[in-house]
Amino acid sequence: MRPGVGTVYRWELRKLISLKRTYLGLAAAAGVPLSFAITLALKKGQPNDVPFGAYVHQSGLAIPLVLLTFASAFLLPLITALVAGDIVAAEDQNGTLKTILTRSVQRGHVFFGKVLAALTYTIVSMVLLGGVSIVAGSIVSGFNPLRSLSGTTVSATSALWLVLASFAVYLVPLGTICLVGVMYSTVTRNSAAAVVGTLVTVLLIELVGILPGLGFLQPYLLTRQFPAWQGLLRQPIDWSPITHSVWVCALYWVPAMVAGYLVFLRRDVAGG
Amino acid sequence: MSSPPVEARGLVKQYGRITAVDHVDVTVNAGDVYGFLGPNGAGKTTTLRMMLGLIYPTGGSVRVFGRDPITEGAAALEGVAGFVEAPRFYPYLSARKNLEMMASYDGNGARDRVEAVLDTVEMTARADDKVGGYSHGMRQRLGIAGALLRDPKLLILDEPATGLDPGGMRDMRALIRRLADGGMTVLLSSHLLAEVEELCDRVAIVRAGRIVYEGAIADLKATAETAYRVRTNDNTRALEICVAQAGVSAVRADGLEIRMEANEPAMAELSVALVHANLKIHALVPETATLEDLFFHLTEGSTPGEISAPVIDQVAAGGAV
Repeated sequence: MRPGVGTVYRWELRKLISLKRTYLGLAAAAGVPLSFAITLALKKGQPNDVPFGAYVHQSGLAIPLVLLTFASAFLLPLITALVAGDIVAAEDQNGTLKTILTRSVQRGHVFFGKVLAALTYTIVSMVLLGGVSIVAGSIVSGFNPLRSLSGTTVSATSALWLVLASFAVYLVPLGTICLVGVMYSTVTRNSAAAVVGTLVTVLLIELVGILPGLGFLQPYLLTRQFPAWQGLLRQPIDWSPITHSVWVCALYWVPAMVAGYLVFLRRDVAGG
Repeated sequence: MSSPPVEARGLVKQYGRITAVDHVDVTVNAGDVYGFLGPNGAGKTTTLRMMLGLIYPTGGSVRVFGRDPITEGAAALEGVAGFVEAPRFYPYLSARKNLEMMASYDGNGARDRVEAVLDTVEMTARADDKVGGYSHGMRQRLGIAGALLRDPKLLILDEPATGLDPGGMRDMRALIRRLADGGMTVLLSSHLLAEVEELCDRVAIVRAGRIVYEGAIADLKATAETAYRVRTNDNTRALEICVAQAGVSAVRADGLEIRMEANEPAMAELSVALVHANLKIHALVPETATLEDLFFHLTEGSTPGEISAPVIDQVAAGGAV
């Protein structure tokens, strides 16, 4: 079998498993919901200013949804950027790009193998955050029915499916940040610059959203796509923010991928 | 006729205003142990990177076994392996894991060769240690192992003995010799004259991005060691013997010495003749160009014979030029 994207993808995962920084992000993805649940178990208060914040003591299934709002500000973009920003640049800094590009795998396959590995890491961190928050939340506040954003009550089982679907919808903008991170990693050839560049991009986009006179841009800002999952928690389900999020995110990740791919394909590997 | 392992024509690489490689023509034929010789910064590594498809040329073309690594990418590197500058690995993986990864990227049954190549470079005992803890010499050997995984017909090595201790250098040369004797074509870049002289049949000498000599090393040497000077206890008689000696020409007295032109065997015969005539030889010195001198002459433009001995020693020992 000729080596291709699959070969690169498998080895990228093995390399991630061997790296300490991988576990740093995953520990945060598991640790934050755990400490949030523990805090709720010990204290009576609740975060009233976020969707589902008022229900965290009634249903454990409200906890993952509250965390989605909290985590979108900084935590999940950071976890994602940590690996996405490193995945190509680390090869530059190690000098190993020449090692893998003088084998029998095409450059394009190396690039997309890395893209898939970075996306996988993003998904795994989401699964961990979701899984831990659902389990810990259910232990602390019970596996109870949830009150939807429309005010109706949803059975616990249905709510669980909606929570899982919310995480899937949330992956669209988060995956976009991941792909932007890979682009930065390819273009800057420097891990730290790529991680910081990704986060600064997220912050700048957020900043644009609050600048006076630029309000018309808000629906097209990447960071404003994070709450799209809330459409799932209305009855009937409101799909419009979700479909909007899908195409708006594509406005970001498609150019990022094209730029990253072309740079990776055409660049000189002169270092190392 | 099959295409030569390497054929570069008019190869140019510019970085802004700097021309790192300036119209380089190189042909490496099957079975050659080809030396790519030049001081640091002459453009050797950049040329090798273009041959491996790592760098895009500004002009000219390069073919490996008739295929273009620039347009065909990795597919053009079939049968080609090697490394440029120091070989690099993932420090957090063991040598075996690094090789397994490379073998996966190679396909073509390379996975089955991992143990064999570890054995070839005598690294089986340390194969499960993380590469991060390896010495420079071990990494160089692992680099060769990584190249051999591809079962190459052409091996491209960039300064493989640089930074090795004398024992490591000797082992590296023995390994390259063994591989070449096994029929592999080797393109070896080096600034170590002794290394190239010991291993290579043909050389290209590079200066400031340009090839200043390409051809058989024997031809280069033939143009080199032709002038000698001799001093004896009786130069008058010695002069007569020199003039009479077959293969010795342009004999003339020059102060306390006699100067002449000859090849090595003729000089050997002459020395026997002088001794048989009961003359004591005080000095018998190749007057001008050794290979080192020629190298300097070609790469720095200095006149043969002007190079001081300590500088030559420094070069031969691996110092930067």
